[in-house]
Amino acid sequence: MGHTKHNPIVRALFNDDDVVLDAVKDLRSSGYHISEVYSPFPIHGLDEAMGLKRTRLSTAAFFYGLAGLFFASWLTYYTMTADWPQNIGGKPNAYWFLNMPAFVPVMFELTVFFAAHLMCWSYFAVNKLYPGAKAQNPDPRTTDDHFLMEVELEGKETDLTKKLQELGALEILKVEA
Amino acid sequence: MHYESPVRNSLILGDKSYKDITNDIAKPVESKAPRAWWIAFSTAFVMFLWGIGCILYTIGTGIGVWGLNKTVDWAWDITNFVWWVGIGHAGTLISAVLLLFRQKWRMAINRSAEAMTIFSVIQAGLFPLIHMGRIWMAYWVMPIPNQFGSLWVNFNSPLLWDVFAISTYLTVSTVFWYVGLIPDFAMIRDRAINPVQKHIYKILSFGWGGKAKHWQRFEEVSLVLAGLATPLVLSVHTIVSFDFATSVIPGWHTTIFPPYFVAGAIFSGFAMVQTLLLIVRKIFKMEDYINIEHIEMMNIVIMVTGSIVGVAYITELFIAWYSGVEYEQYAFLNRATGPYWWAYWAMMTCNVFSPQFMWSKKLRTNLIFTFVISIVVNIGMWFERFVIIVTSIHRDYLPSSWSMFSPTFVDIGIYIGTIGFFFVLFLLYARTFPVIAQAELKTILKSSGENFKKHHDEHGAH
Repeated sequence: MGHTKHNPIVRALFNDDDVVLDAVKDLRSSGYHISEVYSPFPIHGLDEAMGLKRTRLSTAAFFYGLAGLFFASWLTYYTMTADWPQNIGGKPNAYWFLNMPAFVPVMFELTVFFAAHLMCWSYFAVNKLYPGAKAQNPDPRTTDDHFLMEVELEGKETDLTKKLQELGALEILKVEA
Repeated sequence: MHYESPVRNSLILGDKSYKDITNDIAKPVESKAPRAWWIAFSTAFVMFLWGIGCILYTIGTGIGVWGLNKTVDWAWDITNFVWWVGIGHAGTLISAVLLLFRQKWRMAINRSAEAMTIFSVIQAGLFPLIHMGRIWMAYWVMPIPNQFGSLWVNFNSPLLWDVFAISTYLTVSTVFWYVGLIPDFAMIRDRAINPVQKHIYKILSFGWGGKAKHWQRFEEVSLVLAGLATPLVLSVHTIVSFDFATSVIPGWHTTIFPPYFVAGAIFSGFAMVQTLLLIVRKIFKMEDYINIEHIEMMNIVIMVTGSIVGVAYITELFIAWYSGVEYEQYAFLNRATGPYWWAYWAMMTCNVFSPQFMWSKKLRTNLIFTFVISIVVNIGMWFERFVIIVTSIHRDYLPSSWSMFSPTFVDIGIYIGTIGFFFVLFLLYARTFPVIAQAELKTILKSSGENFKKHHDEHGAH
């Protein structure tokens, strides 16, 4: 979406999720580039219709979880086997793996802890969400019941405006990017 | 494309549009608090202050101010801990497990249920902290390098597993809740008129703008968090039950504890969700969103989990007899017929008998009846923990040390205080947070809204 900076953008406001989804499909098949859609709720199929790639956050979460698992294994190994081994309740502790069944709960919890928290931090970071950030939506109605589409203007403005009107846009506004 | 079978009941009643949903859910945040809210809040606040006083008295004087004695050395503190953690479970069950099962009815209730989870786990967390006696040493439960040579915490101990389980549960539930709240805070921010309010919601909403890519990530993150929270919630009460099950006390040393505790937790949690939401929907006029369909679904969960708990009670009795261990047999005989018989039968009546009324459709769709049962169930679940904990230890191997437990005003005060604290948090939440996940709810309006469903039935799907 980085290359939208140079072309002017046309913003079109809609008031229905199905209309905006159909409009995205229609415009894309006519060769337009949809740079953004702001919506009050997730619209199923919109990411595919816009040609967005799958997010990799779940893959990241897997590796974060793995890191948590390794950390917990190391922590229990270091504290219970390496640094100060103690005979607790007669549980075998000659080496880590023998004592490991008792560590499963902690290993599980830390796996979840790492996966969930680091994934959420990544989510905030890639979305540029932080306390006090300026609202990213240009029109406040898009968190209520309106849907705002940003189309890159390539070619004649009147063609695109006419097409957007046909597709059900309520308001159309050109902005220089 | 928004088709849903006509067999399913509408989840959003009335002729609603997206705008109506926004208005209805923003209303409690934007309007003045009703008188009932102030009455409830001041009552809860007084209870909270009383609890703080009792906690400070305990910390200043020592655990001796509680009713504990040499035989019953663990009583209300741990009873309350397990009770509060259990209540928390329904929130995660609704938001995570029902998300994985794609149950649309969760959307009207998940926000408040998760709020309940977080607030009740906070209450639960207080008890282990204060029952340490020396709360300023609480950091000793963390595996940190220390001044005692290299003496570490004991990772073989279920009490330490609990530390990890509860803190993971509390923090993961909180981020799960917050990720879902951000788009709804943005909705309030974008319509706020008062500049102070607008600024607060600007901070809270993290700048959310509802971009397509962000929604895609939002859905992915919600799904993965649900996938992580589902085994997490099961693990938490499993580990809580290990506190007892790994001991060698007759009545505690029971392999059925993990599933039995989890079922009991869901049971009591759903009852608390019913209690809270029946009030919320009434005071904030949300009957169109939290309707009979939701109440009935939750009552069915209460009925099923109540029956599971009943089976567990009976299994325990059977296994105690079948084990052939004299002490195990006596522990259960003493529970049911000993000096604490009244607690045992209160538990049996509230938890096993009372939910069976929910087999009747008429009763499970009756609001007043539901409200009464939801309170009864929570009383019963408190007794369950009391029965497990106190009746198992009050008559030990040495009859000369047999004893009873009687709570002091401090025990009672701290318990009442946590109830007050819980309601203080919940009432503040209900006034300042969007109590229904409105962004998610809007996604099901066209498939489950009454007006849209009627339209489909009359004109066919399209």
